[in-house]
Amino acid sequence: MYTFLRFVALLFFFGLACFYLVTIPRTLPEETMADLTGDATRGEQVFWAGGCASCHSAAEAEGEERLVLAGGRPFATEFGTFYAPNISPSDAGIGGWSQYDLANAMMRGVSPGAQHYYPAFPFTSYTKADPQDIADLHEFMQTLPASDTPNTPHDVSFPFSIRRVLGGWKLLFFREDWALAEAPTEQVERGRYLVEALGHCAECHTPRNALGGLDTDRWLGGAPSPDGRGSVPNITPGGLDWSEVDIAAYLKSGFTPEFDSAGGEMAEVVQNMSNLTDDDLAAIAAYLKAVPPVEPPAN
Amino acid sequence: MNKYLAGLVMAGLTMAGSAFAESHMSEEDLMKAVTARQSTMKLYAFNLGTLGAMARGTIDYNAEAAEAAAGNLVKLSSMNQMAFWPAGSDMESLEGTKALPALWEDMAGVGEAATAMTEAAVAMEAAAGTDLASLQGAMGALGGACGGCHKAYRASD
Repeated sequence: MYTFLRFVALLFFFGLACFYLVTIPRTLPEETMADLTGDATRGEQVFWAGGCASCHSAAEAEGEERLVLAGGRPFATEFGTFYAPNISPSDAGIGGWSQYDLANAMMRGVSPGAQHYYPAFPFTSYTKADPQDIADLHEFMQTLPASDTPNTPHDVSFPFSIRRVLGGWKLLFFREDWALAEAPTEQVERGRYLVEALGHCAECHTPRNALGGLDTDRWLGGAPSPDGRGSVPNITPGGLDWSEVDIAAYLKSGFTPEFDSAGGEMAEVVQNMSNLTDDDLAAIAAYLKAVPPVEPPAN
Repeated sequence: MNKYLAGLVMAGLTMAGSAFAESHMSEEDLMKAVTARQSTMKLYAFNLGTLGAMARGTIDYNAEAAEAAAGNLVKLSSMNQMAFWPAGSDMESLEGTKALPALWEDMAGVGEAATAMTEAAVAMEAAAGTDLASLQGAMGALGGACGGCHKAYRASD
């Protein structure tokens, strides 16, 4: 009996040690951002491509207010409600962050205090970003207005309330390889970067499994809306028959080929995308034509 | 402009009143209202289509046609739509609409968005008859005005 108990105790501590090792927040190599100088003008393009304002500005912000990244928007999910944090350059936000801190947050999902971020923050996409773009973005974000709004704690249920658990989640679902492995042209390659890395389009347009990992076999194939209202459309050639010109024009103006106009979250996305160059919008369109078609589910 | 503003505020107030008074409408009647407002949206789309096609160069610019289309947008945006939006006709109560319940909870915001739409349409009417460059310049604000309502009160799909 005593031997058995000792065995159980050993097993328990072994399990605990494994959990500890597997779930350690892993940061980028120190040299990732060494010798990089940020450029705020280029950083503004990264900012719009990355869609930061969609989540981090106040809920009803318009115009210049969208540059005040005070946070506070709620995001209801089946795992709980997440609140976007303040990422303005102030003490309440990320005023003290170095380029390296921002890179770890965006590319590894790890805070300067070495905690895991929840993947409501799309580090799962930003991980594919070019470190130079992060440096430029860092420089641009310093120029934005500061806000003192304190962060609202997330309201997440057990076991996800334990951030360390996210180490396990990352082990299962955190991938750095491209969904479209081969980019046939430079334009598609640029589009792939904008869609898969900065634009994080797949976070809403790709369905998720029970644990919230992306189902990469149905990449951009449409998904239920995260807030439970309606659905996010299939934007592969299996679901979207718009021409490349139509797609680029939609991202610029919000108008579909039938001159309907974008609603909900996508209207917000269009507000960001309309700041990109025509070449970048054309690249996104070219990429969307190059991804494997996902057939709509038969009803 | 004040005429429109007053009209919209009135429409907003009456809408808030009708939201209470008409809460016992049958589903069939609610659907008629949904059809009415979706038909209005189609009229918007048709006229925007003319302007958009000229802006993108897919059809030739024609001052008269452009001005007519923009004028229709002004009329559409200043139409009294209070009966099109009865309480209980949001997407959580009915199939076949993407109107979010938030619309009925924020009449002040709806009024502001509607005013912005009228202003953008009036600006387009002036621009559309001038020349192609002016038309193209007014297109962005018009799209933004559509988005002003859709972002807050319409579900994305």
